[in-house]
Amino acid sequence: MSRRGELVVKARDVSKTYDQGRIRVLQDVTLDVGAGEVVALWGASGSGKSTLLHLIGGLDTPDRGTLSVCGLDPCDEASRTVLRRRHLGFVFQLHNLIPDLTVEENIRVPALAAGRGVVETAARVRELVGQVGLSHRIRHRVQDLSGGERQRTAICRALMNAPRLLLADEPTGSLDEQTGGAIFGLLKELAARERVAVVLATHERRFAEACDRILRMRDGQLSEI
Amino acid sequence: MRFLSLISTNLRRHRLRALIGVAGIGFGVAAMLAILAIVTGAIGMFERILSTDSHYLVFERNVSDLFFSSVTTEQVRDIRALLQVEAAHPLLFGIVSAAGNPVVTCFGIEADDPRLVRGDWRAGTREQFGKTPDEVYLGARAAEFLHAEFGGTVEIGRGTFKVGGIFKNENGFEDGGVFLPLPAAQAFFHREGAASVVAVKLRDRAQGAAFKTAVEAAHPGVIALENREFSQSYNSFKILNFTAWAVGICAFGLGGLGVANTMLLSVFGRIREIAVLRVCGFSERQVAALIFGEATVIALGGLVVGFGLGLLLLAVVGHMPQFNGYVQARVEPLVVVGIIVTALITAVAGAIYPARFAARIQPAEALRYE
Repeated sequence: MSRRGELVVKARDVSKTYDQGRIRVLQDVTLDVGAGEVVALWGASGSGKSTLLHLIGGLDTPDRGTLSVCGLDPCDEASRTVLRRRHLGFVFQLHNLIPDLTVEENIRVPALAAGRGVVETAARVRELVGQVGLSHRIRHRVQDLSGGERQRTAICRALMNAPRLLLADEPTGSLDEQTGGAIFGLLKELAARERVAVVLATHERRFAEACDRILRMRDGQLSEI
Repeated sequence: MRFLSLISTNLRRHRLRALIGVAGIGFGVAAMLAILAIVTGAIGMFERILSTDSHYLVFERNVSDLFFSSVTTEQVRDIRALLQVEAAHPLLFGIVSAAGNPVVTCFGIEADDPRLVRGDWRAGTREQFGKTPDEVYLGARAAEFLHAEFGGTVEIGRGTFKVGGIFKNENGFEDGGVFLPLPAAQAFFHREGAASVVAVKLRDRAQGAAFKTAVEAAHPGVIALENREFSQSYNSFKILNFTAWAVGICAFGLGGLGVANTMLLSVFGRIREIAVLRVCGFSERQVAALIFGEATVIALGGLVVGFGLGLLLLAVVGHMPQFNGYVQARVEPLVVVGIIVTALITAVAGAIYPARFAARIQPAEALRYE
């Protein structure tokens, strides 16, 4: 299920259950995502979108099936850390920023994990906040920001290490319609500019339709629309 | 942002919690510093009493404490007769009580003893020492706390003595001590013909081994030790040192529990945040390093606070009249290094469980419930 050459995500027959197999969340999911592709995982709450994103991002491990992300196995601890540092960016519904840190400090966290140089990091932060229109807020603490500004900060953080794949889990879910639209537009624009593939979990049809592909999640199964 | 600023931000966020950790380590440091400095100072003073102008100490073999040692007048005479010996000064220790002072150290010495020669005489002269019966000489601090004046009388133990002289001595024990002519001290303590120890000055220090062999061959009941050798092997010093370190380490144990509690609360309070760090690429090792780093900063804060508090305590104790000048704290570099190392080890040990817990946080679990 990919229209591009190089694959950044390759999932084969992935299944996941919780509560000792009693709750079946994903069933034999197969998915390919090409480089630079923007794919929507569209479905209702509880359909398994977030779980699939977590498996792709190595935050959780599947019960069955195989996964390859940017050529690495997200189920392996060492590969997982490399993946998160170099190849993956996450954006969550609730921004998950670190309170008491400034916008700049939050954006720098992935660079800190990757051990990137101070000068290089500073230049990258300036570039990113400029792109999302947050230059004037760079020294502000995140608790002083609006919901939209926080999500823009989270997007910058996700893009800090120039990842190849961005995993966005309902990034507009906690925002009003207008701000959500703006954030989605920004996310898509930045992904295109940075040539990042995006897997977007959303329950909103309008955002799914604006993506390159829509994959519908229903009862833990994936189908292309 | 560097790793350190992330550590500092985490600590600043919960100032009170961090301060409790700092206080825990600080009290441990202060307690250990004060106890060790006082004990080291006391040992140092006692060493100086014994080693005044001498190279070797001769005392009874196999006694648990020098207060129970007996070196006879004949043995002293034989020691003095040895070719290697330039001077030998017998010294008899005794403890008595005086009104309001349960412990007063008495020294039975001879008139040519270096203590009298080195003393800064406030009243009387050393030339008169031992010439008048029932006369004692007092260290300046002893004269103060016994409220005694030159020419007046002082009650010590069961006897009343005339004060024949007062002299200032740099050594706290000696300055707070009562000096009697050796025969008078022997009679007073019922130790006729005995000295506790003999301080021996050699003509040539290189002849120490020959001196030791000669003394121990002639008198198998006594032992001759070089001053340094004595300090290292004397049981009372060992017990004092061991006790001081044991008490200090117990104090640190409590500090370590404080750090463990602080770090555990800190980790429990930001499970989600640590999960986010993991999502952003922090490895398990980096997360653990963050927690250990915070514990180390707490330990460093505790060291600063503890050393400040400990030095203040020592200054106060040193000037308290109740201690009669007996406290002459000595902060040795080795003690400082020992305290720093112990504080850091304590903090790191206290952070082991919280760091393990933090490193094993599963991001998916922590982030699932938004």
